[in-house]
Amino acid sequence: MKFIDLIQFTAQAIFSHRLRSTLTAIGIGVGVLAVVLLTAIGEGVNRFVVEQFTQFGTTTIAVQPGKSSTLGINPAVLNSVRPLSLADAVALERAPYVLYSVPAVSGAGSIEANNRERNVNVFAVGPGFDRAFKFNVNIGSFLPPDNLERARPVAVLGAMAAAEIFGSGNPLGQRIRIGNERYRVVGVMEPKGEMLGIDLDDTVYIPAARGLEMFNRTGLHEIDILYAEDAPVDEVVAGIRRILLARHGGEDFTILTQQQMLDVLGSIIDVLTLGVGALGGISLLVGGVGIFTIMTIAVRERTEEIGLLRAIGTTKNVVARIFIGEAVLLSALGGAGGLLLALIVIGAVSVLAPSIPVNVSIMYVLLAELIAVLTGLIAGVLPAYKAASLAPLDALRTD
Amino acid sequence: MIKLRGICRDYEVGDETVHALDHIELDIAAGEYISIMGPSGSGKSTLLNILGLLDKPTAGIYELDGSDVSDLPDDHLAQVRRQKIGFIFQSFHLVSRLTAHENVELPMLLMGTNKKERRQRAEEVLDSVGLRSRLDHRPDQLSGGERQRVAIARAIVMRPSFLLADEPTGNLDSKSGGEIISIVEDLNSQGIGLVVVTHDPDLGDRARRHLRMVDGRIHSDNPRKSA
Ligand SMILES: Nc1ncnc2c1ncn2[C@@H]1O[C@H](COP(=O)(O)OP(=O)(O)OP(=O)(O)O)[C@@H](O)[C@H]1O
Ligand SMILES: [Mg+2]
Repeated sequence: MKFIDLIQFTAQAIFSHRLRSTLTAIGIGVGVLAVVLLTAIGEGVNRFVVEQFTQFGTTTIAVQPGKSSTLGINPAVLNSVRPLSLADAVALERAPYVLYSVPAVSGAGSIEANNRERNVNVFAVGPGFDRAFKFNVNIGSFLPPDNLERARPVAVLGAMAAAEIFGSGNPLGQRIRIGNERYRVVGVMEPKGEMLGIDLDDTVYIPAARGLEMFNRTGLHEIDILYAEDAPVDEVVAGIRRILLARHGGEDFTILTQQQMLDVLGSIIDVLTLGVGALGGISLLVGGVGIFTIMTIAVRERTEEIGLLRAIGTTKNVVARIFIGEAVLLSALGGAGGLLLALIVIGAVSVLAPSIPVNVSIMYVLLAELIAVLTGLIAGVLPAYKAASLAPLDALRTD
Repeated sequence: MIKLRGICRDYEVGDETVHALDHIELDIAAGEYISIMGPSGSGKSTLLNILGLLDKPTAGIYELDGSDVSDLPDDHLAQVRRQKIGFIFQSFHLVSRLTAHENVELPMLLMGTNKKERRQRAEEVLDSVGLRSRLDHRPDQLSGGERQRVAIARAIVMRPSFLLADEPTGNLDSKSGGEIISIVEDLNSQGIGLVVVTHDPDLGDRARRHLRMVDGRIHSDNPRKSA
């Protein structure tokens, strides 16, 4: 039997039971819809996160205190860990290919000025921060290139913090109080928006040394490195490690490249996406049970037809193929319907609610349809086998 | 050419063995016209099904056109059925969702014949059984006699050497039964072997050779008494 004829023959059988075929196909369609929608959201979140992380450049490396341990021991509890110091940050500026080495401590704090008080994010950083991450100053200037250890008490306000405290007035030169210290405002940043839910505009930037004091810390949260675009990452990492090893006498720090951070995040999101995809897969399974049921009924109803087919010389193999073909076609049609609906929903979401991150991955779309077809195949095998192994005479006698 | 030697067909029912066929010896030449008659349960259908390779004998040898087909594998049997045997059943066995021409095309469809040739041959054959104007009717839109004619068209579309009919007029009134018989006799006169199982003595008498079965045996095997 030719493949095209097989498809036509099975399609005829499917369309001769319009309602029940439609209902069965919907079972699979809903499964595919669920898989595609859920994975589209997962993919969307994935892209969103990657965009967030790479918006400030991709040639960055974060150095953090403590060795990330495969044994799962929190490195902070090991007393051999030396904190990352401001001097470490200065030393790393001399590592090969390194353009900026920016010490960073952050936390929450409140700004008092102009008879107002506002809770903001406090970023205590080195003076290279604005250039390293391409954060532009709107008025005034960024933190001055003081000696890191003895930086003057000056502050730069984020756009929103400045607007909230000083309104349309000029904050430059104004005195503000952050924690218990008094600072002089030397600049205001351009609006930056959000990154991973942190408002970058509702912030204040102060020198790293001041931040250590304010948060009462002995060491930095991390040192952010920006290296030259064309530099070999491995050599940059090796250079950083060499310098820190010499200074600390042991590997009590962690060097994370941008790529590693993305990989870690990516694998977390992949697991989540797979998880929600599997949830959708459960509805596919239910759809598969529907197909199995309908095919079992079809074989029983068409026993006479099976006997006739065998009598006129159809082999068992072809009989099996006819019924498997029916199951597969049914699930493929249902799957295609689900896909179409999913694409419409996703299209509508991206038009009506563009802030919801959805992203259709062609891989998941194909995978969903493939799984739908496989579901039909598996669900169809047993009924088809039953049809093929009927004795022709017994089948013909059923009326 | 059909040769049956010592053919038995036993059914185990509970502890008992039913000898549906009991050492049948039978030769059928190409193009013969045979009727099989006999009381109910005498084994007529069982014999016809063995002849048509729908059933396997429990013992004995069946030679078809010179080769032993008594113990062929399933797929091989299907192939021989496809090429050499045409069945006509009492209850037609048409596929109800398919039109007349699609039902007739079915054997060719399974063979992989291309669409144009299929359609053309189905039309020719349906034309020859007088259903020119019913090509696109489905079984439920046809009378009993017309359905049986579609079934005949399906049985002969592969040009088999034998046409096996098990009470082909059993579900029909005498007028359409008569039409069916004249169609198959016409086919026989063109050279197709014809074996008809029937309870109708008038119909049985028309065959050139009369087999009478009793208790799984061939009780008599006579040529037609010339009137
Ligand atoms: N599947 C079966 N299982 C057990 N016994 C069977 C089976 N099929 C047929 N028989 C028995 O074999 C014998 C012959 O049956 P068969 O159908 O050939 O009779 P028949 O001559 O065609 O009768 P009828 O004129 O009523 O159609 C009967 O005794 C019947 O009970
Ligand atoms: Mg019978």
